Amino acid sequence: MSNDMTASGGGLTDWVVGVVFGLGALLCTYIASQAVDPVMAFHASLIAIFLLAWIFFLIRSDKSPQSGYNDAIIKYSLIASIFWGIVGFLVGVVIASQLAWPALNLDLPWTNFGRLRPLHTSAVIFAFGGNVLLLTSFYVVQRTSGARLAGRIAPWFVFTGYNLFIVLAATGYVLGVTQGKEYAEPEWHVDLWLTIVWVMYLLVFLATLWKRKEPHIYVANWFYLAFIVTVAVLHLGNNATIPVSIFGVKSYVAWAGVQDAMIQWWYGHNAVGFFLTAGFLGIMYYFVPKRADRPVYSYRLSIIHFWALVFMYIWAGPHHLHYTALPDWAQTLGMTFSIMLWMPSWGGMINGLMTLSGAWDKLRTDPVLRIMVASIAFYGMSTFEGPMMSIKAVNSLSHYTDWTIGHVHSGALGWVGMVSFGAIYFLAPKVWGRRELYSLKLVKWHFWLATIGIVIYASAMWVSGIMEGLMWRSYDELGFLQYSFAESVDAKHPYNVIRVLGGVIYLAGALVMAYNVWRTARGDEAAEADSTAAAAQA
Amino acid sequence: MFSKHHILEKNSLLLVIATVIVVSIGGIVEVLPLFYLENTIEKVEGVRPYTPLEQAGRNIYVREGCYNCHSQMVRPFRDEVERYGHYSLAAESMYDRPFQWGSKRTGPDLARVGARYSDEWHVTHMIDPRSVVPESIMPGYPFLATTNLNARLISDQLATQAIYGVPYTEEMIANAEQDLKVQAGDPDSDEAEELVARYPGALVRDFDGNPNRLTEMDALVAYLQVLGRMVDFSSFKAEGENLR
Repeated sequence: MSNDMTASGGGLTDWVVGVVFGLGALLCTYIASQAVDPVMAFHASLIAIFLLAWIFFLIRSDKSPQSGYNDAIIKYSLIASIFWGIVGFLVGVVIASQLAWPALNLDLPWTNFGRLRPLHTSAVIFAFGGNVLLLTSFYVVQRTSGARLAGRIAPWFVFTGYNLFIVLAATGYVLGVTQGKEYAEPEWHVDLWLTIVWVMYLLVFLATLWKRKEPHIYVANWFYLAFIVTVAVLHLGNNATIPVSIFGVKSYVAWAGVQDAMIQWWYGHNAVGFFLTAGFLGIMYYFVPKRADRPVYSYRLSIIHFWALVFMYIWAGPHHLHYTALPDWAQTLGMTFSIMLWMPSWGGMINGLMTLSGAWDKLRTDPVLRIMVASIAFYGMSTFEGPMMSIKAVNSLSHYTDWTIGHVHSGALGWVGMVSFGAIYFLAPKVWGRRELYSLKLVKWHFWLATIGIVIYASAMWVSGIMEGLMWRSYDELGFLQYSFAESVDAKHPYNVIRVLGGVIYLAGALVMAYNVWRTARGDEAAEADSTAAAAQA
Repeated sequence: MFSKHHILEKNSLLLVIATVIVVSIGGIVEVLPLFYLENTIEKVEGVRPYTPLEQAGRNIYVREGCYNCHSQMVRPFRDEVERYGHYSLAAESMYDRPFQWGSKRTGPDLARVGARYSDEWHVTHMIDPRSVVPESIMPGYPFLATTNLNARLISDQLATQAIYGVPYTEEMIANAEQDLKVQAGDPDSDEAEELVARYPGALVRDFDGNPNRLTEMDALVAYLQVLGRMVDFSSFKAEGENLR
């Protein structure tokens, strides 16, 4: 690790932190020794090793004062983002292949779809998305505050601790440790660890804002703050559990049945709303104006966008529970707010797109800006599709089908993925002190691979989803159900194969990005006709 | 209005507090009433907590991530009711921690799979799904039949749920380990009679076809066979005669 881990005023803080970590390591070692199941022994040992390694770094590290921005952490989180992105996309391709060719489940516990699917969703949302959010929020809050990231140790604890959370969650899934709640699968001990890391994250972010030189907090930071705070509230509410034993991984959640369903989707939908939307809108509000070299289109629209979005998103959860045993009034409220949510979503899209006013020509010359703009277009598309699918009549067809999967991926691959790629391409030359990326031509390749991959993926899922939905409700002329369930599974096979293809293409794009960033880090520059022109404008 | 916004923009703590208040409103309005509105979960005769073996099977269902592909929520549509059975009632999942309504039907709904297939069918299907359903894309779970069920902490599992008010009596908790084993054994034993007295309607038999071992397959099949069978729909009236 770098010098930034510890800096000025080392002495007392280092001692306090060291003692706390030492006690933590001791506690974890005790839990590991008393563990009633092997996974708890493994996880407690991992945390203990992590804390001991930290004490080692604290002793070894440079204690001299630090100035300027903390860009070392930007570099590490950028690498982590790319790494986890590729892991997450790869696992996605694997489980998509399992749906096309079930023999790939291998009849083993650790490789079956049921355990790998949470690995995929957590790897792309929390590992890739989470590291991108750490990366960009740490960059943006420093630049817009004109201040170094607060704390010598804290930001590094957040970054390493968050990545330890990912390792704990991922190994748990493969070994069969899960709460069984979608997107909240990590068990109680992993949730507890994340809570500690998250509180530190909020403190680092706030403390950096407190050092700001500009009286106003920049709009991107409102979105980052809302993301951090709301995710904390959701995480605590949805994961209220009592462990069967503090030496074991199993716990029982406080909520049951219909209440658990409502709280789960209050959490689940707002993991989309605040993790994958508000956080990434923070990226849009900083990196699009920066790359286009234009101010945000409308300040007033930003204010309306922000408050309308954070107010309305929270209500939308029940649209995941249409026609279930959840009371009707809650379903109707969820549908109503989901439809209303279309407006702030498109308000934000317009604010992002119109930021290019007077700079539209840059789309021709700058592929990085093109990726960012495409992401906003995908944002607009999936925030129209979402409200449409939340209408109960539409939902009666789309729910439980691949249509939902297609919708999620047009948002996740198109919006979250591409806006992240844009930010990574923006940051890579900066953190390695290069003039521009190694190759803008490869960025164009990435743009097309990603776009084509998404289109193939999403259209395959639309077709298969609507098809299976119609097959399930289809009657023959004698008034009997026309198709058995197995027939609908069989009919989806070609689309399952096409989906794999879409995923592979999207993954190939990410590999191109990794190569490009690696060459940029090395300081190479490809001889390209248009790279100088774009670089001059950027 | 917009000039007043400067106050929030200049104070990070006010901004945080305002955000928390604004995001809390929707959650409070939608979640809290579910805990006190009595018609949220109408009490229905027959719904009881899971037996230790069923609960152990349910934990395996959760562990293997079955909810990723199977819902447990029949919606009140003609085709679903004809395909799966009576639409699901809130009371039927009132002891489900976590709920397993699911969000995707890569495979069929399982809310009423109990008693639809024989134990032998389930065992064969788990070991090699395509041997009984050629079109199936389900993973095989042959290891369930060869893995002994871990009975440790089973009474703690019930006791933890009792903290939340699940009606597990002290007697049930004390006998959990015995009940776990008895349910996969001889249905005519005295212990089996005690078990059924504690958990009305519980099925007692060797579920996995291997009477010498208590396996994870025993537990999972016991769970699958009770799904949707607690309420007797031949006498159930949606208009309230069924109320306890």
